[in-house]
Amino acid sequence: MSTRLATGGRLLNTAKPVNFTFNGKQLRGYEGDTLASALLANDQMLMGRSFKYHRPRGVVAAGPEEPNALVNLGREGRFEPNQRVTTTELFDGLEASSQNHWPSLEFDVGAINTHLSKFLPAGFYYKMFMYPRSFWKHVYEPFIRHSAGLGKAPKARDEDTYEHFHAYCDVLIVGGGVAGLEAARTAGRSGARVLLLEQTNHFGGRAPVDGGTVDGKPVDKFVEEILEELSQMENVQLRPRTMGAGVYDHGYVLGYEQLTDHAPAKAGPRHRLWRIRAGHVITATGAIERPLSFAGNDIPGVMLAGAMRDYLVNFGVSVGDRTVLVTNNDNAYLTAIALKHAGLDVPAILDARVLPQDSELVAQARALGIRILMGHAISSVKGGKRVTGVAICSQAGEGAVLEEIACDAVAMSGGWSPVVHLWSHCGGKLRWDSKRACFSPDVDNPPKGADGVGFVTTAGAASGMFPLDDVLHDAHAAADGVMTTLGFKMPRDISAPSATRREEAPLAPVWMMPNGASAKLREKTWLDYQNDVKVSDVRLAAQEGFVSVEHAKRYTTLGMATDQGKLSNINGLATLAGALDAEIPTVGTTTFRPPYHPISIGAIGGGARGATFQPLRRTPMHGWHDANGAEWEPVGQWRRPYAFKRGSESTHDAVMREVKNVRENLGLLDASTLGKIIVKGPDAGRFLDMLYTNMMSTLKPGKCRYGLMCNENGFLIDDGVVARVDEDTWLCHTTTGGAESIHAHMEEWLQTEWWDWQVYVANVTEQYAQIAVVGPNARQALERLGGMDVSKETLGFMDWADGTLGGYPCRVYRISFSGELSYEIAVDASHGQALWDALMALGADLGVMPYGTEALHILRAEKGFIMIGDETDGTVIPQDLGLNWAISKKKEDYLGKRAQARSHMTDPERWQLVGLETTDGSTLPDGAYAVGEGTNDNGQRNTIGRVTSSYHSPNLNKGIAMGLVLHGPDRMGEVISFPGVDGKVYEARIVDPVFYDKDGEKQNV
Amino acid sequence: MLTIHCPNCGVTAEETEFHAHGEAHLKRFGPGSSEDEFEGYLFMRKNPKGVHFERWRHQYGCGKWFHVARCTMTLEVFGSYSAQTVEPPQEIIDAIQDRRPDFAAGPAR
Amino acid sequence: MSDPVSALKNISDDTGLVTISEIGPIGMITLRGDLSDKALVKAAVAAGGVNLPEQGHCNTQGTQGIAWMSPDELLIICAYADVQDRLADLREKLAGSHALVVNVSDARAVFDIKGDHAREVIAKLAPVDMHPDQFSGTMFRRTRFAQVPAAYWMPDGTSARIVCFRSVAQYMFDLLKTAAMPGSEVRHYA
Repeated sequence: MSTRLATGGRLLNTAKPVNFTFNGKQLRGYEGDTLASALLANDQMLMGRSFKYHRPRGVVAAGPEEPNALVNLGREGRFEPNQRVTTTELFDGLEASSQNHWPSLEFDVGAINTHLSKFLPAGFYYKMFMYPRSFWKHVYEPFIRHSAGLGKAPKARDEDTYEHFHAYCDVLIVGGGVAGLEAARTAGRSGARVLLLEQTNHFGGRAPVDGGTVDGKPVDKFVEEILEELSQMENVQLRPRTMGAGVYDHGYVLGYEQLTDHAPAKAGPRHRLWRIRAGHVITATGAIERPLSFAGNDIPGVMLAGAMRDYLVNFGVSVGDRTVLVTNNDNAYLTAIALKHAGLDVPAILDARVLPQDSELVAQARALGIRILMGHAISSVKGGKRVTGVAICSQAGEGAVLEEIACDAVAMSGGWSPVVHLWSHCGGKLRWDSKRACFSPDVDNPPKGADGVGFVTTAGAASGMFPLDDVLHDAHAAADGVMTTLGFKMPRDISAPSATRREEAPLAPVWMMPNGASAKLREKTWLDYQNDVKVSDVRLAAQEGFVSVEHAKRYTTLGMATDQGKLSNINGLATLAGALDAEIPTVGTTTFRPPYHPISIGAIGGGARGATFQPLRRTPMHGWHDANGAEWEPVGQWRRPYAFKRGSESTHDAVMREVKNVRENLGLLDASTLGKIIVKGPDAGRFLDMLYTNMMSTLKPGKCRYGLMCNENGFLIDDGVVARVDEDTWLCHTTTGGAESIHAHMEEWLQTEWWDWQVYVANVTEQYAQIAVVGPNARQALERLGGMDVSKETLGFMDWADGTLGGYPCRVYRISFSGELSYEIAVDASHGQALWDALMALGADLGVMPYGTEALHILRAEKGFIMIGDETDGTVIPQDLGLNWAISKKKEDYLGKRAQARSHMTDPERWQLVGLETTDGSTLPDGAYAVGEGTNDNGQRNTIGRVTSSYHSPNLNKGIAMGLVLHGPDRMGEVISFPGVDGKVYEARIVDPVFYDKDGEKQNV
Repeated sequence: MLTIHCPNCGVTAEETEFHAHGEAHLKRFGPGSSEDEFEGYLFMRKNPKGVHFERWRHQYGCGKWFHVARCTMTLEVFGSYSAQTVEPPQEIIDAIQDRRPDFAAGPAR
Repeated sequence: MSDPVSALKNISDDTGLVTISEIGPIGMITLRGDLSDKALVKAAVAAGGVNLPEQGHCNTQGTQGIAWMSPDELLIICAYADVQDRLADLREKLAGSHALVVNVSDARAVFDIKGDHAREVIAKLAPVDMHPDQFSGTMFRRTRFAQVPAAYWMPDGTSARIVCFRSVAQYMFDLLKTAAMPGSEVRHYA
């Protein structure tokens, strides 16, 4: 059984017990524990079930590489699935539950799959779910959805908050082990800004666990001293609980800081995403131990040798009472030695190698009385939910059992692989290191930055340097070299600290144990624990032709689990190489993609949620609208009132009331969102003539003109009223959505094409609140406010004038988008609400009412006025809309003119704007297509037009619509059919698009 | 995510402050141009694997346009320069040839 | 005529790492023209009451100042009540030259944040190096705060004045308040 030893652990505070629950069971750990060490201390070896076969799974590692021990954490607004117990710090009140099992962790029905594994081989999904096609939607998809994912998706809204932080530094060091610390100290001495990220809450990494001395002192002491030295350097900052998640172009690095995961009661954000720009990145990310591939290597109790050492030294946890060690290298002997020193039994060390003589560690182990079997291997592990023993064999053979050894734990080591992820994220290449049997960074091919020079350097074990002395020297040299390259002056009187060296015998690459394992053994030999990929699966994939490592990965799902194959990748591709009879480097690796370890979606979103999810633009009268029944319509980032509801009125009724009131009395529209752009300069007229399809240079000061803007493709992009302010100044109104884009469009042409033209533009949209005062009583309203002459004679249709109304300085435009007598009043935004209030208070006899965007739409549709975005969709030219009157024939050039001369643009078959009136008075469905004779090549009925706008008009008391129809203007009076998605067929007559007051008498009073 | 230098306001900032707008040094063809000329202007864009001249705007900064010489493959940036040019200036060509000796400047279209 | 109303009616908050106050309205005039033209500079200096700032900087004194916006644009800052006079004065002085003078006082919202964590609050929202060695003195930066354009400067080491568009004043206030949430100290520049 696994248990807590009385010896304590170096990270443990036994004075502070911590209570937590696992599957509802009350358990106790200590401050400093991870959830993994605390569970092991409580003999909870079984922690989860695998994905495909629901095999019982225990913890196999002690860090972020852990594939098995994933749990649900927390509840409700703090529920989170798939959390690794090895990276979860224990805190009082932690609630964890195991996942991917039913009905319970101990007894799981899905485990039947393990007996069906013969029928669930590699590529099972691809093979199984192909036929019949009719099963795709209702049989296969529900099945796949049911089995997809490990934990359950949270249902409650996340209670926590998150944020981003933009940080800049000369050197970023990822990893706070001894290599990272030594690199930080070296770099820090240059005076440069140094930022170091460490994923755990303690510094020093694994070196203190492995022991030895640095400069004659124990490693722990060395770490303590270097931390003290770094704390004195103002230019160096260390961030614990912050993982280097990804390295991107030009020195961009994402750091993931976990602020309150270990202390949920703490105020502040849960995670902080560091968006770092580093002059150079030093990755001191260490190395990860590889499992060995033998039958039953997934049974709970089989663990990486280094992890077992971590649990023992850091947390005082013994994983088992009797541990068999199986290895292909010297390093793992440290585990046997440590276990023995802790008073635990090590019945045997199975070393796949045959060494000519004992190396230092082998001799030490032998001296402790441990039985060492050279050239031996595990044939298979015995046990179900827990290891009960191992059957041993010769590594050289096919697995004939020589002996069975009873044990309750197996420590395995297949050697170490440098953590090259961050080196590789942005293109750093790898080379195969045959001596250490691992891929290490190819220093000649680093990821390159904006200047074409490498910007990532590895340090320590991440470079493929494993002995402590090499690690420290490599880290020192890396930092020294980086700082010198960056142009910092390095003090020359410093050198790397020296660590004790021990002579190690070389590792022997072992990719299959035993070497000639039978098919039966291979079927029980796991490569990817989480996704249940076995040696037999990879071999099958190779046999079926998946010879590329990227294909084999996807076919078998090897390395595609939440651990992204940190343990399985190298063994998997070595197995693939073996099956293909190829060299490992020629098979290559799959691509390393960020993040290194999963990060929360919350952290990625940062502060962008709730009120700050996206900007919401408000007009100066927004608050009034909100308090007066506004139903909001998003228009870009603006919110505009769709309608103002009164009491229990329906939205439709409110719209009808508003439309009628404008025609009969007086309506107020908040038009502040319309774009207002000042264009000024000696060449402003010439410039506007290029931008608009019609002539703006001839407009007289004091006058307004409606204009159309096209892009170079000839398509209509915006429209609005232009007012000439003075001899060299114009004010251009744009659509609500066009204010920023048209301003940018103007600047683009001025800066990139006509930069010799003397024109300045300024976007003054938000300087003004603009109120449209519309209806037969509009003039009376303005006269009651008083201050300027708004009579027909002084301020005629399409005139504008500056003045004051009710004491407010303003500019009044006599323009109309409704066909009614209408004024648009622009007033400084900080007086917008006051003017609106004044207009609302004018007197009940004028019948003033606010109206919203839907009423605006109906009013303009009754008049046949087009709306950008309704009648246009980015493929419509003004000529399609009967707007030839607004296209100058005199101008040699304007943006879009050349394009409008292309053959397709002049094609008489282009659909043209018409009005549409249903024969029964109903309202056409917006967007409906009209059908014509015959069918197209796909057997679909030919279409001859579509509805672009459709409303019920309360003034005409019938449905009115506009649409683009083939030969439309030539087919007046003809009835065409619009099949609706509701199954009905709507018959509509082609009519003039102006439905109301054709002669414009109402607006011209 | 790239780091870009704006030659108009002197700010060097991350890509999120900027907006890219495609190929630089296009020659406008208007009314009277041939179908081929107009097609080339409107639709035909270089898409090189390697050195490319691009239009950028400092959208969240000074609002000004400028050009960037960049390698589309390695994302190296050779330099930023004025948008009020019809071809890359010599110092940009030099900076490119410094790192890409094979690069031929070629006439701007 | 009633008093002018700023976007958020001078709302403030001091529950977080910094005090946040919407101030204003403040007089602001966009001046576009040839910044090497002596007459223009003279007019700008007269209107702003301070010397012409260098590229990327602003000079301020009390309620007055000039900010360098772009190679052909300055922002003249003055008391709101003085805007009309300054506009008229600038237009008169620049009547003969190609320049644009427009009032943008009402198009903007202005926030002050004060406190030891002011730099951190900004660095949470803007992609700018706020280290005291890097952002200091009269520097003036136009950038984005989360998803909206903004400009700011630091009148002193622990306070900043932030200018954004009026329509997004509430968004900016919410951003600042979120970034200044209690318990969210970064202590990156400490």
